[in-house]
Amino acid sequence: MWTWFYRLASPPYVYRLAAAFAPWLLGLAVLAMLYGLIDGLVFAPPDYQQGDAFRMAYVHVPAATVSVMAYTLMAVASGIGLIWRIKVGHAVAAAAAPIGASFTVLTLVTGSLWGRPMWGTYWAWDPRLTSELILLFLYFGVMSLRAAFEDPTRGDRAAALLAVVGFVDVPIIHFSVQWWNSLHQGATVLKFAKPSMAPVMLWPLLAMLLGFTLFFGAVLCMRLRGEVLNRERQANWVREAVKA
Amino acid sequence: MQYPALGTRGVSVGTGTAMALILRRELTLSLRRPDQLLQPLVFFLIVTTLFPLGLSPELALLRAMAPGILWVAALLASLLAMEGLFKSDADDGTLEQLALSGQSLGGIVIAKTFAHWLVSGAALVLVSPLVATALAIPLEAFPTMMLSLALGTLTLSWLGAIGAGLTVGLRRGSVLLSLIVLPLAMPLLIFGANATDRAIGGDDASGGLYFLAALCVFTCTLAPLAATAALRITLE
Repeated sequence: MWTWFYRLASPPYVYRLAAAFAPWLLGLAVLAMLYGLIDGLVFAPPDYQQGDAFRMAYVHVPAATVSVMAYTLMAVASGIGLIWRIKVGHAVAAAAAPIGASFTVLTLVTGSLWGRPMWGTYWAWDPRLTSELILLFLYFGVMSLRAAFEDPTRGDRAAALLAVVGFVDVPIIHFSVQWWNSLHQGATVLKFAKPSMAPVMLWPLLAMLLGFTLFFGAVLCMRLRGEVLNRERQANWVREAVKA
Repeated sequence: MQYPALGTRGVSVGTGTAMALILRRELTLSLRRPDQLLQPLVFFLIVTTLFPLGLSPELALLRAMAPGILWVAALLASLLAMEGLFKSDADDGTLEQLALSGQSLGGIVIAKTFAHWLVSGAALVLVSPLVATALAIPLEAFPTMMLSLALGTLTLSWLGAIGAGLTVGLRRGSVLLSLIVLPLAMPLLIFGANATDRAIGGDDASGGLYFLAALCVFTCTLAPLAATAALRITLE
């Protein structure tokens, strides 16, 4: 009953699987995002405090969630590649890193655009912003370490180790950054308690969360196919797959 | 310097003896090259000199900024020293021989990193009162500051050992080393600067110190595993 699981370690199988999944994920992602955007941007009422600016949440919050999720996925895939020496694990990690970094940038950009009307400044050393920025640095570290090795196998393993070490450190960084701010001075202007949202605002947000996650999955499948093809370019099945 | 036989035919020593031998060798080697020992310390002094020149010579302002200046300079100086942890041994092949010696690579990494901390981090702690005086940090805050720096630099040495292990085979490893290690080291800066700051203000600094000690124990336990794995990846 576990054979389907073992087959995930086979590059040609994963290549075909990703091809089969990508259009479905993309289609569902577009549907969920269409509903979320229309309902969130048009039909949801403006926030009583933030006005229409709160609608930035429909992009900002899902992007932040996916940026952390992508790092988790990258670390788990790296661990699988490192421990069991499964090549597909490294391919998944290599495919996920740039997507995760892009979502992190998106989070920072939308966050600062949202911060301008709300806080009066594009950037504030708020704990969440700071830990998101550090997450971006971690992505950069993993990506540039992988790229720095001429031997791809070594680069994979080195980047995988760094991803796992970073994953252990992420909670420490997150909490220390939170305490850092509370140690200095209490949040006054930038107080940003999690609001309990009205359902009419919440549903589009949940749809956007689902849509962004599916979109991440779809892009991951596409990039994974490219990674696998590039890594297995000497293999016979690649030649056949390219010819067909 | 010649190694006594660590694991060759006939003669083999226990892990503890091997670690002690490596510790002694590393210390002897660095004492024979005092310039390499001094460079990070001088760098530490120069960086702290930059801040008063760039900010203001006013002592009250400097005292308010001193914990941050001190800690950032200390992090950068330790990081500068970190690059040499495995570099020269990797260049002349000693590291490969050590890995092939049959001794536990983990023990070797622990001994090397600890020796490296003694000549870089601990030396930095000893120099820090000089810098602290220049930044108008009051005398009462010195014990806390030095303790926090000792814990912080030891933790950083371990994080740096992971980074140095990962980048040892690379030609342009030093910038990459900073890129890898600095994000991981940010909690150190937060708690270290906070403890120093509270000590300057005459407050109880134990919170930050406990956090630093916890991070130190955490990295001393887990980082040798990661650093050894990193070295194996680059050496294999």
